[in-house]
Amino acid sequence: MLTERTQSVLINRGRQYGLLAILVFVGVLPASVRAQAAAECLTCHENRDLQGTRRGKTIRVFVDQKKFAASVHGSLDCVACHADLAGKEMPHDEDLAPVVCGTCHEKVAAEQASSLHGKAARRGDALAPRCPDCHGSHGVLRARDPRSPVAPMQVPYLCGKCHKEGAPVQSQRAIHADHILENYSESIHGEGLLRKGLVVSATCASCHTAHAMLPHTDPASSIARRNIAATCTQCHAQIEMVHRKVIKGELWEREAHVLPACVDCHQPHKARKVFYDQGMADKDCLRCHARPEIVSSKNGRSLYVAQELLGTSRHVRTACSQCHAGVNVAKARPCETITQPVDCASCHAEVAQQYTGSMHGKLVERQDPNAPTCIECHGTHAVLGKHQPQSATFSINVPKLCARCHRAGQKAAVRYTGDQLNIVEHYNESIHGRGLTKSGLTVTAMCTNCHTAHGVLPRKDPRSSINPANVPATCGTCHHGIEEQFRKSVHADSIGAKGKQLPVCDDCHSAHTIRRADEEGFKLTIMNQCGRCHEQIAKTYFDTYHGKVSQLGYTKTAKCYDCHGAHDILPVTDIRSHLSRENVVATCQKCHPGANRRFAGYLTHATHHDPDKYPLLFWTFWGMTGLLVGTFAVSGLHTLLWLPRAIQMRRQRNRLSAPPPTQTTAEASAQDDEPTQQ
Amino acid sequence: MNQPSNNPGERQYLRFTRLNRLLHATMIVCFLSLALTGMTLKFSYTGWASILSHLFGGYESAGYIHRFAATVMVGVFITHLVDLVRRKRREHSSWKNMLAGPDTMLPTRKDAADVRDSLRWFLGMGPRPQYGRWTYWEKFDYFAVFWGMVVIGSTGFTLWFPETFTLLLPGWMINVAAIIHSDEALLATGFIFTVHFFNTHLRPEKFPMDMVIFTGMMPVEELKVDKPAEYEKQVAEGTLEENLAEPYPPIVIRGIRIFAWTALGIGFSIVVWILYAMVFAYR
Repeated sequence: MLTERTQSVLINRGRQYGLLAILVFVGVLPASVRAQAAAECLTCHENRDLQGTRRGKTIRVFVDQKKFAASVHGSLDCVACHADLAGKEMPHDEDLAPVVCGTCHEKVAAEQASSLHGKAARRGDALAPRCPDCHGSHGVLRARDPRSPVAPMQVPYLCGKCHKEGAPVQSQRAIHADHILENYSESIHGEGLLRKGLVVSATCASCHTAHAMLPHTDPASSIARRNIAATCTQCHAQIEMVHRKVIKGELWEREAHVLPACVDCHQPHKARKVFYDQGMADKDCLRCHARPEIVSSKNGRSLYVAQELLGTSRHVRTACSQCHAGVNVAKARPCETITQPVDCASCHAEVAQQYTGSMHGKLVERQDPNAPTCIECHGTHAVLGKHQPQSATFSINVPKLCARCHRAGQKAAVRYTGDQLNIVEHYNESIHGRGLTKSGLTVTAMCTNCHTAHGVLPRKDPRSSINPANVPATCGTCHHGIEEQFRKSVHADSIGAKGKQLPVCDDCHSAHTIRRADEEGFKLTIMNQCGRCHEQIAKTYFDTYHGKVSQLGYTKTAKCYDCHGAHDILPVTDIRSHLSRENVVATCQKCHPGANRRFAGYLTHATHHDPDKYPLLFWTFWGMTGLLVGTFAVSGLHTLLWLPRAIQMRRQRNRLSAPPPTQTTAEASAQDDEPTQQ
Repeated sequence: MNQPSNNPGERQYLRFTRLNRLLHATMIVCFLSLALTGMTLKFSYTGWASILSHLFGGYESAGYIHRFAATVMVGVFITHLVDLVRRKRREHSSWKNMLAGPDTMLPTRKDAADVRDSLRWFLGMGPRPQYGRWTYWEKFDYFAVFWGMVVIGSTGFTLWFPETFTLLLPGWMINVAAIIHSDEALLATGFIFTVHFFNTHLRPEKFPMDMVIFTGMMPVEELKVDKPAEYEKQVAEGTLEENLAEPYPPIVIRGIRIFAWTALGIGFSIVVWILYAMVFAYR
């Protein structure tokens, strides 16, 4: 078959035959003779300065004995290669005939002769490479020796000597690919080889062969369209299995002429940056689907594809048949064999896997009519990237996108049973929402920053990004510095009380109504947030001056976090705490510059209701209360006893001042009126 | 207003000097300011406290008002002490004469007898005592101010300058000072706005208002009834005539009345608010 024929010309095979030949040859020769012969030549050629001529040019003819002895040919006589010197007297003539490696390496030589390199050499191209250009001369090493210039790690550099950008070969000969080395080094193959030192990674020779490199237009070439699949499957043996969503297994080999070849998608030298040749069959599809009136014969829905939307979409270079898999080009209507809806997972496998595990994915699995599929958010033919402002998944548009279902009263909101209500309205008023919508700050947190885009899960799920255990990390993706502080605080689960429900970010900051921490409203509510767990201590705070002022609605006084810290709260027994003996005076001095050690003895959570903890305050309070009650009891009793007599006196006085006959009537009536007014 | 023979133009008995009246009026303004601003903090958990605090322009400006009024109040107190010294020089040869004399503010044996006789009178077991220039309850009110000035003033300064005071005192003394300051203030306001108000305004024979502390004058007829011993003494010594003065014109009286009624209204409001806070919102 095709595969076998191509394989036979591959480097590995060639190398094996060559080695075999050497071994046979070495085994036949008696060791003593060989040694003497080589030693004989070296009496002259070990001289570093020895010079000779070759075709009129003066050259150095020094042979490094050590390198030669270490080479694969170290056990051979010089004349084994320099055959024209056999039986000659020493010193011999200069201007020797070129060494013919093919004498031993017959098969390789034949391949090389028919290759581009060989043909160029025959043409007398001065730039054509010969055996020693790649393998070296006296110091030839095995390809598996890492010091060899043809060792896998060295191959890109070796080929690159001629095929790098700007080299004579690349600029003067008809080489169609450009930036070969740069592209290769950035490809997954180049990365594997050069960065990760993975010697099994594909090098130049793996695809182009070592000796039989041919242009891709040559049907015998390893990179000819028909042979590419075979070349790639040398390593990617199971590739057809994993591409079954694009192409049905065996088709690649059986119908290689109609199917896209590996390089149609995975550009040569740039493998990984997947690139699909556009328009392969799109024009055929659009012959029908560009007509606005086209509808499905099954359910009458429009099958019209707006080309202008397609043109600006993220999938502009994706062929119709790549998403609408299952076409059969043999049919008049290739699409009639399509049975499955578009499966985005065939390309976006990782995202799809995440989505399948998410709440949205589970709804799809349950065949819930409300379940959002890919197209719900991403659209269909007009799909855009999340960095394009027109895209529904562009950060500023995401809240609106999610709101389509999650706004109060919409289909997602009505099935929700948690305590987060009116999330869209609340979010829009929150610091994040205002940053996003009012300030247009695209890095501001929106729905997917916290909930993830494809892995949305309810809070209770331990894998959820908003599960209490994961909230600090989720918020920490942006608020990293705060997360670091928090992780060291008493509220961190690694440090705080075990078995207790410890607060995470949203317990104090809320989830969707997050406000600026320097806003008055936030400052006042945060005290109640602390009080949800620290009930007693919060209550006693409100018995002191700081608490009373705060209670009146003013923030310019010490609140919980002013003394205890916000995210770096530690027990007062911890030396790092803001309230440790070392730090407490400095903490007071933030507001009271003249504070001293005794000043810091002020009881900030004192209550006069606790005789055990604060006996002095307790007894002071009750002493004062006793004084108050006593005073009121005595004076109150005095007043009550006095009252009847006082009334009596008033009556008497009124009687005494009853109008004598001399008084005017006006005065009399004025005096009479008074008592009735009371 | 409805005192007997309060005839316009009739000369009245001058009971309080102009300085005394001025000090009393100033004290009213200061005391009300202090009470209003202070109570907002003490009862900060009630709605009225929050509203009141905002009316004063926030706790900060309320604090300034409180401290300003406190300073003026101390000024009033000192002025009174200086006046006492001046009066001793002018009218009395020695402190002993002044403090042991017939018009002394110090409690005397007669006051003890008056208390006893008053109780008898209340219970219908005797006649109304012959009260002198200063009755025992007036003396009590007078010294209550001394007590309050010392207790509330000293603790107030401690709270005002905690950084300075803690150079000498332990930190928890600030807490103690706060309790004393606030509870003594509660006692003072409660006492002034109930007992003192009763003695001067709500007492049926004076109702609705005894103007003598503002005008300084009371009709001689009233003096005769209210403080018979004082009247007898004035008549016996023949000094009654030189202590009579022309009453103020009606327009002045009306102004004084408006001021007094305002103060009274605020005082009663504070009592109501305190009662509300203590009964319905106490914690």
